[in-house]
This record gives sequence, C-alpha cells and structure tokens, in this order.
Amino acid sequence: MSARVLVGVKRVIDYAVKIRVKPDRTGVVTDGVKHSMNPFCEIAVEEAVKLKEKKLVKEVVAVSCGPQQVQETIRTALAMGADRGIHVEVSGKDYETLGPLQVSKIFAALAKKEQADLIILGKQAIDDDCNQTGQMTAALLDWPQGTFASEVTLEADKLKVVREIDGGLETIKINLPAVVTADLRLNTPRYATLPNIMKAKKKKITNVKPADLGVDVSSRLEVLKVEKLKEAGRI
Amino acid sequence: MNVRHYTPRQQIALFHFVIILQKLKGHEEVNPETPYTSDTVGNPGAAPPRLPFSRVTQEDLAFFRTLLPGRTITDPDLLKSSNVDWLKTVEGNSEVLLRPKTTEEVSQILRYCNERNLAVCPQGGNTGLVGGSVPVFDEIILSTSLMKQVITFDNISGILTCQAGCVLENLSNYLEERDFIMPLDLGAKGSCHIGGNVSTNAGGLRLLRYGSLRGTVLGLEVVLADGRILNCLATLRKDNTGYDLKQLFIGSEGTLGVITAVSILCPRKPKAVNVAFLGCSSFQQLLETFQCCRGMLGEILSAFEFLDASCMSLLEKHLKLTNPITESPFYIVIETAGSNATHDEEKLHKFLEEVMTSSLVTDGTVATEATKIKALWSLRERVTEALTHEGYTYKYDISLPVEKIYDLVQDMRGHLGDMAKNVVGYGHVGDGNLHLNITSPSKDPALLAAIEPYVYEWTSKWKGSISAEHGLGLKKRNYIYYSKPSEAVALMGSIKAMLDPKGILNPYKTLPDNIH
Repeated sequence: MSARVLVGVKRVIDYAVKIRVKPDRTGVVTDGVKHSMNPFCEIAVEEAVKLKEKKLVKEVVAVSCGPQQVQETIRTALAMGADRGIHVEVSGKDYETLGPLQVSKIFAALAKKEQADLIILGKQAIDDDCNQTGQMTAALLDWPQGTFASEVTLEADKLKVVREIDGGLETIKINLPAVVTADLRLNTPRYATLPNIMKAKKKKITNVKPADLGVDVSSRLEVLKVEKLKEAGRI
Repeated sequence: MNVRHYTPRQQIALFHFVIILQKLKGHEEVNPETPYTSDTVGNPGAAPPRLPFSRVTQEDLAFFRTLLPGRTITDPDLLKSSNVDWLKTVEGNSEVLLRPKTTEEVSQILRYCNERNLAVCPQGGNTGLVGGSVPVFDEIILSTSLMKQVITFDNISGILTCQAGCVLENLSNYLEERDFIMPLDLGAKGSCHIGGNVSTNAGGLRLLRYGSLRGTVLGLEVVLADGRILNCLATLRKDNTGYDLKQLFIGSEGTLGVITAVSILCPRKPKAVNVAFLGCSSFQQLLETFQCCRGMLGEILSAFEFLDASCMSLLEKHLKLTNPITESPFYIVIETAGSNATHDEEKLHKFLEEVMTSSLVTDGTVATEATKIKALWSLRERVTEALTHEGYTYKYDISLPVEKIYDLVQDMRGHLGDMAKNVVGYGHVGDGNLHLNITSPSKDPALLAAIEPYVYEWTSKWKGSISAEHGLGLKKRNYIYYSKPSEAVALMGSIKAMLDPKGILNPYKTLPDNIH
C-alpha cells in the first residue's frame, strides 16, 4: 500500500491545568502554562501509526499550525511513530484568531500538495471544542468523511468506519481518499518509549507558511469577551 | 524477670515461652480485654492486656458535650471507621470520638482526661500503617479533622503555619496557587493530616530532594498530657536558643504530646517537572543507573523510586493500569524538578541517552505533561492499593544499605516458598528504604511466624532500621530493640514518664511493653 496519511496535531493547554481567564477578559492565560498535544490528536496519531505497523499505509506525516512551540507537539507525534513533520508557521495575532476554517483550508492545500490519501484528525480540540475542522476539510476537498470514529478498518481502497452517534453505533463505508476524525474509544495512545524518542530527534520537520499554500488565515470572527463560568450551586 | 542481657531474639523466644506456659496453666480463653483481630497468643505485635485506665462515664460525656457541642460522637456507626485502621488489620472499641476546633479545646480535653486517668488516642487522617492511629481498647479518640485552618503563609520566606488537621493535599493545592509546594509528598496525601505526618516523621517521595520533616518543620504547637500548651511555633529558619524541643515531638507518634499546629518551610514550585519511567534487567544495573543519575541530574533530581515486576503485575491485574514500557524485572521512576524546562530536558535527555546506550536501562518513557506525569506516578503510588486486593498484607518498611535492599526480597522469597502468595519489593531506593510486602489470601499465623522475627533479624544483621518511615505504632513496638540499644530505649522511657506520667497519650504504642 503506498498510502500517505496526514495527521493533524494541535498544541493545547494541558487538560489537567486549571484555566484562568485573563484580567482584560480577552482570553485565557497561556503564558507559562503547561501545554501538550490535544488528547484526540494523540488518538489520531496512534491510529495512523497502527495502520503503518499493519503495513496498510506507507507514510505518516504529522502536521501542526502555530508558532515555534508547536514543534514540540510534532516531535511527540514523531516519537509515537510518525515519519516526518510539517510545521505550518502561524504566529502573533494570526495565531490568536486561527480557527477551524483557516486550519481546514491549510489541510486541504497540504493534502493536495503531499498527495495524501487519508487525513486523520481528532474529533475536536479541548480548548475551543469546535468539532469543525475535520468536517470542513472534507467539504473543501470534496472527500467523504467518517467522523467520531471508534473503529476504522481499511478494506482495499475503501474505509469502514464505525461512528459513535447519539443513538448508538453507525457503520459506514466510504471511498478513499477520505477524512476521519478520532473519538475517544478509537484506541489507547501509546507512550513514546526512549528508543523512539531518540529516533525522533533525527526525523525531519519541514517549515511552510500559509501564504506558500495559498491560504489566507485572516479571521472574520471577533472575540467580544471571555468570562469564567459562575460556580454551579452546591447541594 | 530481668531480660536486660538477652538479645532481641532471645527476648522474643522468652515472650513466646511465657505465653505457652500460661496456656499450659489454663489461661486459654482469649482475654476479653484484647481486640478481636489480634492473635493474642505468641505475637509481639498484638496488644498487651488493658492497662487500668478509667472508663468513660455519663459524667465524662456530659463534660465533653458541654465543651464540644455537636462534636462529641458516640454513635457506634460513626465511630466504626475511626476504630479501624486503613489496612483493616487492627480494631479498637472506642465509644467516644472528640472533634476539637482549637488548641484551647484540645488543652481542656487533655487536662480533663489526665485528671480522670482516661486514655486518649490522637487521630489525624487514620492512614498509618502500623496500627498507631486507632484505639486498642476504649481510648477516647481525639480527632484533628476540624482543625484545618491555614494560619499564615509568608510568600517571601515560604513559611506556612497551619493547624494540625490540614489535609496534605489541600495544603499542596493552597501552596501551588501561590507558587510553592509542600516539602513532602506521599500516596496518602488525599487523607493524611499534617499533624499526623509530623507525629510519624513521614518520609515520602520527595525526601531525596527536600530532606526530612526534621529539617523542614520550623516550629510546633503541642498540647502536653496535662493540658499545658507548649507554643514553639517559631517561623524562623535559624534559632539556636536552648534545647530544640520540637524534635522530641516529631516522630513521637502522639505519645509525648498532641501536635495542634505546625510551621513548615516550603520550597518554590518547580517550573519544570519531568518524570521518566525506566526498565532495568537487574538490581545491580538499577543501582548503577542511580549513580549515573546522581552524577548527571544531581541538582534537579527530586525522586528516585523503584518497583519490581511482581508489583507491576498486581497493578495490571487489580487496577487495570497499563505498563508503558516492555516488561522488565525492575522499574524506576525518576522525577526531576527545576527552574528551566529547556535546561532540564537537555540534562534529562543526555542522561537517558547515556543509560540507554550503555544498556543500564532496557526501555523507558518520559513525560512532561501533567496528565502523563500523574499516570506514571500512579504506577508507583498505587502499589499499596493494588496489594489490598490480594487478601491480607504483611508490610515491612525497612532501611538498609542500598546494595542490600533487594537481597532481602529474594531471601524472603526463598525462605517463605509456597507459604506466601506474593512477596514484592518497592520503595524509596534513593533513600535506602525498602517496602517489603508479603500477601496471603487471609491472615495466616504460620506465615507470620515464618516472617517474624526472620525479617527483623536479617535487618538487624545489616544494621538497618526495622521501620524506616512508618513508625512503630502498635504492631512494631516490641521490635524496637532490633534497631536501638537498650540504653536508648530506657532513656525514651524516662522521657515518656516525664512528659506523660499517667501514660494516657496513645498507650500501647511506640515504646515496647517491657522497657529495661
């Protein structure tokens, strides 16, 4: 199988951290706060690496959009078994307003450039909870999508996806190329072991700018205010 | 009978001999005064007969109810959990649980009990592992659970002053919001009280880096047996004015006074914490890894713990935790804590490269994010919990020369053979402290007889401590001579007699039944 998989990995505030709203209420405090890979992105990476171990895909490429620090997140994906990384440089104001629409445009452009056969993303990020990037990417590429995947099976050039939906589990069969978004029960991400962490240091990360991909990352959304939720009443 | 000149082994043998003599003379029925869970005959860890303290009367209850309205508990259902220890191995029959809120109330309680000759069992989080935190008979339980105020915190010096009933985890959370941490950390942090930690001189996971409570506790407020309040709550780093009395109470397990407030020096919260989980194929390689670690990580090393393969299988079996690396005979948890993430990662990666290429370590993983760090730590912190699912656990907390630590586990396995279901070793290898645990489906006196005094003699032979950090409590009081000479124990007895002439504070604990 000569398939190439693109996996999106987002750098988010670690889920164990206590979130604090900035005093000017324009956002949350991110300076000096522990960040890590979005848990659903970890599951996406694990699934891609599993496919590679089963020899169903040839190459796994980890992609992240953001400033210099996202390289750490890409390295973690490399340590888990991805072959190479792509760092899409977005910083400053552009990074603050970067959202699913812009990211999906970037992924669509990369998918064409890298001739990807499969894109695996986390179903949503734990900071914005948007749950939109996968769906938008599929739409922009006019590819089928298997979202909320709790099981993925590759059968020749078709993908069987079991989806977690409100009523239970839905099984669909979609053609490749396709976009899949990972749900919680898809797999349990592996720990990156030392030999792999050492190997990952030698793997390549290429830098690319959104403009190089012909993508405009400006946002048409404006955050008005961010507030802390009032504590729920205690019984 | 003067047993002064006999070795500990001979003393225990004599003890057994006396019991057997008594049995032959017909004292066979179990003394109703002794707690039901202890095998009274021939077991130095069991309770002695009840000493002639007064019993609680209606008048006494009336006094307590006036002093502590709504905080004098006599309901047997509510008392049940305070009468049994965390391991569910010892149970008392106390009928009164008192919950004072202030030092003044504690003082009045003790003054009254001293006059009335009523025995008192001070109790914090009741997480002790040697039966020291629960009554043996009907001692009044004096709980610190309502003394949970933080009194002051100075964020320049890092000195925290708080009441003795503050839960360790709550203090940690309080300090972390202010960019500091507690100098100690242990698996029981969600329940244990700082007063209890100090009374036990708890060690824990961070001792390697921040030292023992004997260094970090700056002051104590203690109520003595007769109700006198001893206020040594200094918040000074240095104070050489007279004898350092607080050292008497640290580690005294509630037998010399009731600690009501603590002032403690807290370190700054590290900006960068990393945890590595490594696998070693032999204990010798584990020790060499430790030496390498000390050399390359030295100043940022904050914990070095180990567990063996048996522990890992119990974690997998009972708690469904996953082993993050390939199966190995030994596992190490290394924690680094420093002020600069990039520097620390560089040091850690160099160290990991070194131990991997020299094959000291066969596999491993590293974590920098809070969730992963917690997951890796739980592999070490939850071993105690996993063991409770195997039936009855015989726990030994031993200090030994570091090279000898695992020899004891292997010797024990050979010595016990099929009698024991599991013989596992884990602990603070960096501090030379082994937690040896032996399980059997249920309590087994024959197994106990095979373990003790063999384990204590083994320890004594290598000049180790029979209780590194857990204390002596009820279960180990009579073994003190394996690690301390008689002159020392005799002096301890004198100090106890001076501070608590009637012996009402936590009787039957810490000091042996026969001091000579």
